Amino acid sequence: MVDFQTYYAVLNLYSDYARVCDSADWDKWPEFFVEEGIYRLQPRENYEQNLPLCLLALESKAMIRDRVYGVKETLYYDPYYQRHIVGIPSILSIELHEQGELIRAEANYVVVRTKLDAESTVFNAGYYRDEIVRTDMGLKFLSRLCIYDSEMIPNSIIYPI
Amino acid sequence: MSASEPIFPPNPQWTEVGTSQVPFWVYTRDDLHQRELERLFYSKHWCYIGLEAEIPNPGDFRRSVVGERSVIMVRDLEGNINVVENVCAHRGLRFCRERHGNQKDFFCPYHQWNYSLKGDLQGVPFRRGVKQDGKINGGMPKDFKLEEHGLTKLKVATRGGVVFASFDHEIESLEDFLGSTILHYFDRVFNGRKLTILGYRRQRIPGNWKLMQENIKDPYHPGLLHTWFSTFGLWRADNKSELKMDEHFRHAAMISTRGKGGKNEEVVSGVDSFKETMQLNDARLLDIVPEPWWEGPTAVMTTIFPSVIIQQQVNSVSTRHIQPNGHGSFDFVWTHFGFEDDSPEMHQRRLIQANLFGPAGFVSADDGEVIEWSQEGFEQSPTKHTVLEMGGHEIGNTDHMVTETLIRGMYAYWHKVMEV
Repeated sequence: MVDFQTYYAVLNLYSDYARVCDSADWDKWPEFFVEEGIYRLQPRENYEQNLPLCLLALESKAMIRDRVYGVKETLYYDPYYQRHIVGIPSILSIELHEQGELIRAEANYVVVRTKLDAESTVFNAGYYRDEIVRTDMGLKFLSRLCIYDSEMIPNSIIYPI
Repeated sequence: MSASEPIFPPNPQWTEVGTSQVPFWVYTRDDLHQRELERLFYSKHWCYIGLEAEIPNPGDFRRSVVGERSVIMVRDLEGNINVVENVCAHRGLRFCRERHGNQKDFFCPYHQWNYSLKGDLQGVPFRRGVKQDGKINGGMPKDFKLEEHGLTKLKVATRGGVVFASFDHEIESLEDFLGSTILHYFDRVFNGRKLTILGYRRQRIPGNWKLMQENIKDPYHPGLLHTWFSTFGLWRADNKSELKMDEHFRHAAMISTRGKGGKNEEVVSGVDSFKETMQLNDARLLDIVPEPWWEGPTAVMTTIFPSVIIQQQVNSVSTRHIQPNGHGSFDFVWTHFGFEDDSPEMHQRRLIQANLFGPAGFVSADDGEVIEWSQEGFEQSPTKHTVLEMGGHEIGNTDHMVTETLIRGMYAYWHKVMEV
């Protein structure tokens, strides 16, 4: 049984992450990860067939920063708003890890995209599968795997999920 | 154009001389789209189906698409690869709903018609009728022959582990279809090594399917649109490169060797995407290790008309399958793969470099976006035309990439086959 303080901290982590992703404050996105932190966005079909390919496989905080640079400076794309609706997280386990506690948690998400001059549509639906560690700066992701059901990407994904 | 000319003429004619100007209406008309399906996807052209490595065992199947027709690629119990149309001969259902799996036969759930993995009808329930109170009720007519009601079988060709198929059983051989020039670049990737499937990426791009063929026949854009290509010299106008076509100008290979990147005023001056001071935080994104089979070039992008693109961009290798749905949209399915002799490091390298490509890729995400914007422009003014005059008006192989000759070539072929 997880204590309320821990659960509350996980809730905060999830809601802060969603807020940053939706507010276009991209520089804050890597800060949710430890230095060796991993971010992966993977189609469910690959995950379930044990195929390793991801849509994005960012294997360190440095690589996540490279993605931020891409979003801000190098990619040409149709601008859009996004809105994350994240479900209540389930804590799957808490175990001892070399840096202290390792929390495994999951939560469903839906991301709604709104392009200029267009209606709001469901952009990406899936769930987060996370490994979270305690640091001096609070809870951080050791890994965040976004496994999405959405069979067809509506053209492209630019911003972080 | 004067204001009195209609924006939507009922029967527009190709009045442009040659193919260095292509009318926007080639991308916007449903009637032309259907003619393209008939003449380009359903006859006289081998279409990409998948990779043998996706169905390694007898009974393995995987759904795929030819044009807009659902098909099933299956390895039968003798180990041969068949491709059949996913339409039941009885009531026309697309009966195969799983994307992949393993079965000893096919059956349609509606009336339980049963087919072998070669597509032959094996049995239908109540064929001889149903006996009740001493009499036989119903049943198929005496002249009903199972062999006349199989699934539609496609002609199949495999080469180097790649599966192609055609509804047209009179089609020339795959090798003749590709031609010796393109065959060389095809065999360079698929040289008999066993492939390892890394996974799939799927995107729906709201644009005409031809735009994706054009995108990979257009070496003019990568060093301009794509920061990663211009800044790191992966694909740029000052790279050593060649463009080659088959004799019909339908297929092409863009062959390029990475330059040193950096600031060559000639090619980056005024280019918005060029970032002189850009440096990667994690160098693994471009940890390029040359492979012997490249035989020099660091990138070869091969377009096989109309259905597939074969990508080798440094250590990232994939097939990109074009699956139209109507004149204004297509699904683009990427199958990334490696080779069975890849070291664990090379395996990981291919996965990390895959970040450059696909629907979220540092490079490729742009391509889907600009195709969408092109289609929007075409739809609003279908009588205008594109301008494909970079490198002149000629069609021919070149030893540089500052040209749109491959797109002109594709439209010369298209124009001939489509008779518009």
